[in-house]
Amino acid sequence: MLSCLGMLAFSTEALSVSPEQERLNRVQAVQQKYPDIKFEDYVHGALAFSADAKAQYENMMAFPPFESEIDKGRQLWETQFNNGKRYADCFPGGGKNVVGNYPYYDETMKKVVTFEMALNQCRTNNGEAPYKQADMNTMGLLTAYARTLSDGMLMNIKVKGGGALAAFESGRRFFYQRRGQLNFSCASCHVDHVGEILRTEYLSMLPGQATHWPAFRGGDYTLFTLQRRYSACNQLVRAVPMEIGGEEYNNLEYFHSYLSNGLPLKSSVFRK
Amino acid sequence: MEKQIAIVTAASLSLLLTATFIPSAQAAEASKPEPTGQELAFDNRKGNCLACHAMPGEPKAVTNTNIAPPLIGMAARFPNRKDLYAQIWDATRANPDTAMPPFGKNRILTDAEINKVVDYVYGL
Repeated sequence: MLSCLGMLAFSTEALSVSPEQERLNRVQAVQQKYPDIKFEDYVHGALAFSADAKAQYENMMAFPPFESEIDKGRQLWETQFNNGKRYADCFPGGGKNVVGNYPYYDETMKKVVTFEMALNQCRTNNGEAPYKQADMNTMGLLTAYARTLSDGMLMNIKVKGGGALAAFESGRRFFYQRRGQLNFSCASCHVDHVGEILRTEYLSMLPGQATHWPAFRGGDYTLFTLQRRYSACNQLVRAVPMEIGGEEYNNLEYFHSYLSNGLPLKSSVFRK
Repeated sequence: MEKQIAIVTAASLSLLLTATFIPSAQAAEASKPEPTGQELAFDNRKGNCLACHAMPGEPKAVTNTNIAPPLIGMAARFPNRKDLYAQIWDATRANPDTAMPPFGKNRILTDAEINKVVDYVYGL
């Protein structure tokens, strides 16, 4: 009976830790398991566990084979809207060093706003139709360039007030909730078995995971925004994916990005 | 006229072939040898054991994994075959925190497939 109460107290406590305590717990757990890996290297995810893989990545990033795709994104970013305005007019500093503040919780709209939503707000405020967030040929390419303007900025997500905390908790629940026919949560791999090898691939750590997006993935450099990656992960565990740009994934990205606080952003990168 | 007949004949022949081809294709599918326990264990759409388990005594098993206990000496570790079956059917019953998918409970594998995998793994 006592041990039952103990379990109950523990699980309640686990659910009620503050966002910052949650982040510290996850960082410290990785530090304890892998004391030789520096905190700033968590941004490299699975590559942080393999010097060879990291060296290959750095070679590729010296002359990225997907540079022309980022250039397409630059053209989208620089093209004037019909009213003569540009994306740069919608963001402080012309869009430089802003992405680390996204997602944020908007008290007026009562919801999480991602950088992709802000880009679409910029479009609609200037009389343009919004892009579909799942469309890699428009929104994907646009962010592949727009996010490079924040390279080196530290992730700086804030969770203040009841609405923000509720959105963060919703994202946290998503991360720890098992789903799909295979019955995995995000945490099954990226917390419980972090750094271990799934057949041939290292499992990346939760802190840092939200910093390097979008990614050009695999042998054909397919463009993946962070939320497209969520969708692909959900399909891998044979769960029905949520809508890219929908509230569930936005809240997940809010939680996920907060857990990357203090780590530098980089776009756009190669990932396997 | 002769040519027309030839065409008609060819057309009906191809219809006939199409009609007979489908069942024969199904027959070919059915006569394809059923996957072995080892094939089911290795297949990443089926058992996918190698995603998380090494098989130190099995030269054909290619994996670098270190996630879950290696599959070796299984008959000694599971003196009762039904315990191994139960573990594969739903590993969360023995350990609620396990990452191992519940292969039977969630119908990832059929009962017959699980039995083949159990037979194979039991010999490791």
